[in-house]
Amino acid sequence: MSLYYVQKFLYELNRDERLQAEYRADRRRVLAPYELTEEEADALVAPDIGLLFHLGVNGQILMHFAALHQIEWADYLQRMRDGIAEHGPVREGVYAMTGYEGVDAHAATIGQRAGDSGTTEDR
Amino acid sequence: MTLVYAGVCSHAPGIRGRADQADPDVRDRFYVAFDDMRRTIEASGAEALIVVAAEHFANFFMDNMPSFAIGMADFYDGPIEDSGWLGIDKFRAPGARDLSHRLITEVMETVDVAYAEEWKFDHGIAVPLSFLTPEYDLPIVPVNINCQGPPLTPLHRSWALGQALRRAADAVPERLALIGTGGISHWPATPDSGKINEEWDRLLLDRWCRNDRDALLAYDDLTVYAEAGQGGFEIRTFIAVSGAAEGATGSVHFYAPIPIFAVGCTIASYDLGVPVPVTAASS
Repeated sequence: MSLYYVQKFLYELNRDERLQAEYRADRRRVLAPYELTEEEADALVAPDIGLLFHLGVNGQILMHFAALHQIEWADYLQRMRDGIAEHGPVREGVYAMTGYEGVDAHAATIGQRAGDSGTTEDR
Repeated sequence: MTLVYAGVCSHAPGIRGRADQADPDVRDRFYVAFDDMRRTIEASGAEALIVVAAEHFANFFMDNMPSFAIGMADFYDGPIEDSGWLGIDKFRAPGARDLSHRLITEVMETVDVAYAEEWKFDHGIAVPLSFLTPEYDLPIVPVNINCQGPPLTPLHRSWALGQALRRAADAVPERLALIGTGGISHWPATPDSGKINEEWDRLLLDRWCRNDRDALLAYDDLTVYAEAGQGGFEIRTFIAVSGAAEGATGSVHFYAPIPIFAVGCTIASYDLGVPVPVTAASS
């Protein structure tokens, strides 16, 4: 488990066009300098947005990575939801500070039914 | 007294990047409010704009995360994001290296800050600038508060930063505008994106307008996270502006939840009681 290095790679990728070119040319080779587990490397190569979110990657880093892959906004949000549904709550990081419980739990916390707001991204 | 403007605004990437997906009526009213903010800043005769932002891993990462950082460069390039995705073309905004140097020197008397001679703007600054200085002709002094990577900057230190910025601004001859950009409640870039806690936002804005230090500093991160999302951590930028405008009264010029922008869109400012210069106002 090396969330720090997963995010470090994405942070550097997001701000460095040269690294982006190297990533496009050979996704796996560009990961070599980073201390990653096989699961993490596979998620970055795929790319598996849902798994990366489950692993704890901050959305501010992840959304740029999704944009790099031309993943449309509503699709990006859905991939994260699918990742949580498949793998469970976020393991680590800022979203796990109080235990990430997903849309329904957040909605209940602030007295809304899931779907009352926040679904217009599908319009 | 050279701080001539103090306000806050939203910066969510969807404000530009997903503009075509919003309700046109509310979006256009929001844009008009942003344009009014631009006119007010221009009329203030501001010679530079201090932007207190919550950047999102464009420049600062957990290998060396500063609580506070202030830019000290001749120019700043942005946006770091794909231009098509963000809806903002690549730009180079002017810096104010010498002014930054003097401000940082004064701020450091009471608040430890990192300085940065290189800084790439992300949407946190690029979105506000696209409205407030669309020609990128006003020198910028970027300021960052760590609202992203815990442990986060304490709220009372954000207030102290605002106080220090005010003292520094008042110590230089230039007329300066100050804006904070951030939240309020939102769950940006997560599956909950689009959720907005309007009641929470309006209570915070009420406290902000009354410049109620005790109420603003009473928030705690666990409650903020539960009620206002991780984007709520960005209230630090609002609190810094409150610290800079200590004792002033504020007004909300625009507030409306716009889910596709993933935030309660906000424009607000403090009345600093600074006369508008005749030359600037009449130009």
